[in-house]
Amino acid sequence: MLKKEDDHITGSVDWIILIIYLLLIVGGWLSIYGASFDYERESSLFDGRAGMQLVWMGICLSAGFVLLKLESSLYDIFAYMIYAFFILLLAVTIVVAPDIKGSRSWLVITDSIRLQPAEFAKFAVALALARFINSYNFKLLTFKNLTIISAMIILPMILIMLQQETGSALVYTAFILVLYREGLPGIVLFTGLCAVVLFVFGLKYSEIDMGMLTLGECISVLFVIIVTAILAINFRKDYKSAMLILGGAAVFGGICYLFDFLDVDVNWGLMSVIAVSILIIYLIVLAVREWNKTYLLFAAFAVGCIVYVSSINYVFSDVLQPHQQIRIKVSLGMEDDLMGAGYNVNQSKIAIGSGGFLGKGFLNGTQTKLKYVPEQDTDFIFCTVGEEQGFVGSVLVLIGFSILILRLFYLAERQKSTFARVYGYGVASVFLFHVTINIGMVIGLLPVIGIPLPFFSYGGSSILGFTILLFIFLRLDMARKRR
Amino acid sequence: MSKQQNQLSSEKRFYTICAIVLIIVVALVCQLFNLQIVKHEYKDSADSNAFFKKTLYPARGTISDRNDKLLVYNQPMYDIVYIPREVAPFDTTDFCNILGLTKEQLLKRFADVKDRRLNPGYSSYTIQTFMTQLNVREYGLFQEKLYKFPGFYIQNRALRQYNYVNAAHVLGYVAEVGKSTIEEDPYYARGDYAGKSGIENSYENILRGEKGVEILLRDAHGRIKGKYEEGKHDKAPVSGKNLQLSLDIDLQAYGEYLMQNKIGAIAMIEPSTGEVLCLVTAPTYDPSVLLGRDFSSNYKVLEQNPSKPLFNRAIQGTYPPGSTFKTTQGMTFLQEGIITPETMYSCARGYPPGGGRPKCHGHASPLPLSPAIATSCNSYFCYGLNAMLSNRKKYANISQAFDIWKDYQVSMGFGYKLGVDLPSEKRGFIPNSQFYSKAFRTDKWYAQNVISIAIGQGEVLSTPLQIANLGATIANRGYFLTPHVVRQIQDQTLNKEFTEKRFTKVSTENYLPIVEGMARAVTGGTCHGAAIPDIAVAGKTGTAENPHGRDHSWFMGFAPVDNPKVAIAVLVENAGFGARFAVPIAKLMMTKYLKGEIPASDKYLEENMANAVVLPNVMTVWSSRKGTTASEDNSQEITE
Repeated sequence: MLKKEDDHITGSVDWIILIIYLLLIVGGWLSIYGASFDYERESSLFDGRAGMQLVWMGICLSAGFVLLKLESSLYDIFAYMIYAFFILLLAVTIVVAPDIKGSRSWLVITDSIRLQPAEFAKFAVALALARFINSYNFKLLTFKNLTIISAMIILPMILIMLQQETGSALVYTAFILVLYREGLPGIVLFTGLCAVVLFVFGLKYSEIDMGMLTLGECISVLFVIIVTAILAINFRKDYKSAMLILGGAAVFGGICYLFDFLDVDVNWGLMSVIAVSILIIYLIVLAVREWNKTYLLFAAFAVGCIVYVSSINYVFSDVLQPHQQIRIKVSLGMEDDLMGAGYNVNQSKIAIGSGGFLGKGFLNGTQTKLKYVPEQDTDFIFCTVGEEQGFVGSVLVLIGFSILILRLFYLAERQKSTFARVYGYGVASVFLFHVTINIGMVIGLLPVIGIPLPFFSYGGSSILGFTILLFIFLRLDMARKRR
Repeated sequence: MSKQQNQLSSEKRFYTICAIVLIIVVALVCQLFNLQIVKHEYKDSADSNAFFKKTLYPARGTISDRNDKLLVYNQPMYDIVYIPREVAPFDTTDFCNILGLTKEQLLKRFADVKDRRLNPGYSSYTIQTFMTQLNVREYGLFQEKLYKFPGFYIQNRALRQYNYVNAAHVLGYVAEVGKSTIEEDPYYARGDYAGKSGIENSYENILRGEKGVEILLRDAHGRIKGKYEEGKHDKAPVSGKNLQLSLDIDLQAYGEYLMQNKIGAIAMIEPSTGEVLCLVTAPTYDPSVLLGRDFSSNYKVLEQNPSKPLFNRAIQGTYPPGSTFKTTQGMTFLQEGIITPETMYSCARGYPPGGGRPKCHGHASPLPLSPAIATSCNSYFCYGLNAMLSNRKKYANISQAFDIWKDYQVSMGFGYKLGVDLPSEKRGFIPNSQFYSKAFRTDKWYAQNVISIAIGQGEVLSTPLQIANLGATIANRGYFLTPHVVRQIQDQTLNKEFTEKRFTKVSTENYLPIVEGMARAVTGGTCHGAAIPDIAVAGKTGTAENPHGRDHSWFMGFAPVDNPKVAIAVLVENAGFGARFAVPIAKLMMTKYLKGEIPASDKYLEENMANAVVLPNVMTVWSSRKGTTASEDNSQEITE
């Protein structure tokens, strides 16, 4: 009916996102040229990997244009079919993909064209989630719906893990943010955060013996006490109990410290066990006295945390693969394995650190030119930016991504249709996850999880996957103004 | 209402998510700030990663003698190096045959290179030294088959080469620097060479030049990827400067020839310049044995030799100066007004106040100063010293008198290092009053207690170079220039300390009676053997008492008496009375220098001197066992 207006892309497409998109892909192209530059065979911007990337950029722009031209309702209508197609493709990939460096994620079309379905499946999952949450009278917090949604997310994760691409599989955990926006209780995010904090402390200090417990477990007990007090204030406005818990812990700790100071051998592990037992008993007493099950939940939280921490070491040494253990240990600073798993991160920190404030200048980076950083045009592409453009360039790239992500969340929130909103949140969450994990690992904040930096990392599948993901949302956003 | 609440909650969740995004971005920016701005170690790591600094070695300066005869230069040498990463399996038998190794040695060498305790800088990506100092022949053989041994390379090096077998102690040797040198001076790196003795050592900074550097880019596999910024930061090596010695190599060689199979030293100085014309020490060695791969084994042999061929007796050996010291005594007493040239002292084959000790030989008595020098009368100088030290009108006490005496000797170059441009010069010894007060445990001691220093015995000690310098001082009638062996440095002036006259405390007129006495000693005194036809020679013999065996034989002199061209000191250990060896050797040396050749009439003397063997028993035994020199019975005759 209003086809004419709909066709008029220039008027209604979100220019901010489009411009940032263009800046990022051009920045990515130059970085790839820099990263793959070889002193001996001086290639131009138009051949080698940079040339290939340019071809892919052309493909992406064409694809983006086509996506903007398509009827927006098509995405809604075909969401499940697209999802089903990609699930099937992922499954087929496991069987037919050749083993390339231990990964079975590549579909070889010709010798020079290889596609990675995992990079495309993200938009399919986002579409399917959007369609499902958009269904009539949908309520998130029912057992059935939560189960279906979990299944929709976990199914591709399992398939991708079977392709030996753990990093790409982890990307799908980003959809938790979407669910949070759609009503998943904050406590779930909070629990996730607690789990990460306890995991880090529990493991990092698991080798220091403090009597009955390790230092990591003692710190965890302290963490549980403080968090319980905060929970009491937040959910029950119970300042009295909170102060009693914190004060009691302080007095107890102070007495222990005094004994320690007087050269009495204090078993901090045992003391921690006593402290946390008193806390749990106190919470149960409160629950009975006030006749309020919230306190019981607090007690359960405390017990859960303790059990979780004590199981970390078991999980870590018995469930995780040795190479995963080493990666985690390196990023926690527990091990300096500079020639092994730590080599990548150390070399990438050297490359970025040597860039300084203004960087060494385009094509002047020695570390990246001389191939000290492995995977430097794919997963470690940010090194080239850091070394050649310095702090200024790195922060500019980060700011570009931040504007993109925040703008996506903002636009998503503005959507009138639930479908577009959920999809928009999905897109933003996936970008947030990729940028955080990729740059975090390159600068040594997070363990090495091999996922690409959107628009920068070399690879047709990656750039095309992100383009499709983004442009479908731009198309949906255009439609918003019409409705 | 419910919808509004729902919306409110949605908004809260949106802001929470935005907050999470911002927290993440801030965390990432903080870490970037930390890496790129706060920490500096990453920049250093990046440089050591990427820059392969190739050292460019400068050519070491050459050394020539005063007549521009080339003594020391450089010859190309070759090191075999390899990069462990690049080594592929090769024919070890062939490899060992070319280099004359056994397979065990080959494997041990590989293991040693890999051992980080021995080779802390080991990396399989970088160049490791396999074998050093191949000569041209070995190099040619290996070069031909190099293609068979991937990963092996040949690196050029320069090694010292000597044109003469002489002057080993003056030239010194060059050897690989040790750990302590590297720690003291950052210029040196493992595998560098530096002068260890002689002028190679004292002029090290001039001879070595300055290393250059070429900054190459190296990739993660250790492969060289060209020059960094087209060599903008490279530094070309600066060649070492060439030295011209004041030594006359023919004279030096002649001295070494005369001193063969003897222990001792000859030092000759040009009085007007302080230039050392020759500095012979015996026994000596061929400088080219301390070169190349055999350095350590040859060094050990020299070090264990009981005659100490590495010991430079001319500047490191300290001996009682004996009667040569009487000259300084005469001048001291004259200058202090204790005696006049006409003062006569009597002698009765000994010093009467000392109960005939020190003893003297038969000569006319009493004598004034010049004849006392000429006949080398002991008593004269004992009287003189006694008169000085016991003079309570002039000096408050004996300590004051003695310290003034000491100052005279010091001003004439004794008791302290002369400052010759060679390392490890010894200072000799001139006692002061404190020394005796301590030795006698009282301030009240008497001239009689120290009387033997008047005739150069007792506590005083000097090096042969100091005695030669005394000759130069007397030749100059009152001053000397610090003796030095380097005459010219390429593009550089000589140090001021070698061109300034150092005046003694004795005025010229007081030198004249001494010169006269020394001239008379040659014309008709103790050292008539030093007389050279047509040339007036002044000289003084000496016999240094040696508590360990036969006395040492001294000669000190200069020639011509007027307008002297050369001053000389000759010391032959255990050769007895000075006239027997020291005087004829000095005569031959002076003749050689002043006339250029030895006249036929002196050929017999020359042969006699060169063939004489004067060695203590232990060394003769050693040398005959080694099969190097001398027959045992020949030396028996002299050493008893």
